[in-house]
Amino acid sequence: MSVLVLTLIILVGSYFAGLLGSLTGLGGGVVIIPLLTLLLKVDIHYAIGASLVSVIATSSGSAAAYVKEGITNIRLGMFLEIATTAGAMVGALIAVYIPTHYIAVLFGVILILSAIMSLKKKAEIINQEHSALAEKLKLNSTFPTNNGSVAYKVKNVVGGFFMMMFAGTISGLLGIGSGALKVLAMDTIMRIPFKVSTTTSNFMIGVTAAASAVVYLQRGYIDPGLSMPVAIGVLLGALSGSKILVHTSSSGWLRWVFAVVVTFLASQMIYNGFTGKI
Amino acid sequence: MNNKFKDTDMQAVIGWILRAGVLISMSVVFIGGALYLYRHGQSHVDYSTFKGVPDFVHSAGGIINGIFTGRGRAIIQAGIILLIATPIIRVVFSAIGFVLEKDYLYLGITILVLFIIMASMLSGHAG
Repeated sequence: MSVLVLTLIILVGSYFAGLLGSLTGLGGGVVIIPLLTLLLKVDIHYAIGASLVSVIATSSGSAAAYVKEGITNIRLGMFLEIATTAGAMVGALIAVYIPTHYIAVLFGVILILSAIMSLKKKAEIINQEHSALAEKLKLNSTFPTNNGSVAYKVKNVVGGFFMMMFAGTISGLLGIGSGALKVLAMDTIMRIPFKVSTTTSNFMIGVTAAASAVVYLQRGYIDPGLSMPVAIGVLLGALSGSKILVHTSSSGWLRWVFAVVVTFLASQMIYNGFTGKI
Repeated sequence: MNNKFKDTDMQAVIGWILRAGVLISMSVVFIGGALYLYRHGQSHVDYSTFKGVPDFVHSAGGIINGIFTGRGRAIIQAGIILLIATPIIRVVFSAIGFVLEKDYLYLGITILVLFIIMASMLSGHAG
C-alpha cells in the first residue's frame, strides 16, 4: 500500500475513533489499536505507540477546558499521578517481555470491561464521610454546579491509590488512556462525584501516557509515519465530539452502539490473540 | 486586595500550557506530515513486522539534522516529542505554583512525579 493511501485510511478511521471515543468517554485508543492491527495488519507495537501519542493529544486538549472551569481536583490528580506514572513506567518496561498475542488478549478483556463500565448508570453521590488521610493530603474539595459550589469528601485513599497503580500499568502496557479504570478507582472506591472523577481522570491521562511514551520513544515503537495520521485524526474527531456533546443532551443510544462495536472488536482481538495471528 | 497566588491562578496557567502545547506540537506534526506525503506519498510502506524506526528519527542528533534537511518524518517526530513534553511541562509548572502557594507537601508530591518520569526515561534508554 502506498504511503498516501495508508495515511488517508488511517486519518479517516482515526477521526471516527476520536469522535466515538469522545462521545462515549472511552477514548480513541480503544478503536485505533484494533483498526491498525486487525484491518491494516500493523504490528501491535507500532499500534500501541501511535495510540499513546493520540491519547496525550486528546487528553491534554480536553483537560485544558475542564481545568479552567474548576471541576478538576488538581491536588487529587497530582497525588494519584504518583501511582499512575509509576504504574505506566512498569507497564512500558514489561511490555517488551510479554508475547504480543498475550497483549492482544489482555487488550480485548480490558476493552469489554470498559464497554460494560460505560453502560452503567451513574448516580451522583456526594460523600461526607471523614477520612484522616484525605484531610491530611487536602484532597477534599468543592466543585461548581448549577446550584452553586458543592463540597465533597474523599474516602479510601489507599485503596484508590493502588487501583490507580493498576490503571497506570494497563495504560503503559496497552497504550490506551485506561480512563475507565481510573474512573472506577475514583467513583466506586474513593466515592468522588462523577463529574470530578471524569475530569480529574482526564487530567491524569496525559502525564500517565507521557511516562510510558518516553520509554516507547526510545524503543522505536513510535513511528512518525503512523503516529501523524493517528494523532491528527483522533484529535480532530475528539474536537467534533465535544462540539456535538454541547448540542445534544442524550447520547444513550450512542453508548449502546459503541458498546456493541467495542465488544465485537474485543472478541476479534481475543480470537486473533489465541490463534496467534497477532 | 492581596496578590497571593491562588488555585484559580494555577488552573488558568495549566489550562493555557496544555492548550498551547497541543496547538504548537500538532502544527509541527501537520507541517512534517505534509512534507512527508509530498516527498514519499507514492512510496511503499510495510508495518506488519516490527523493525523499530529509521535511524534519522531515533536520535536527537538525527532529528535535528533531519529538520534542517527538510525531512518530513524528522519534523513529525520533533512535533511528537513536543506533544509528549506538554503534560510534563504542565507538572513542572504545577511545582512552581505550589511553591508560590507555599504548599510544600504538594511541592514534594509533584517533584516525586517528575522523578518517576525521569526514571522512566532513563530506564527506557537502558533497555
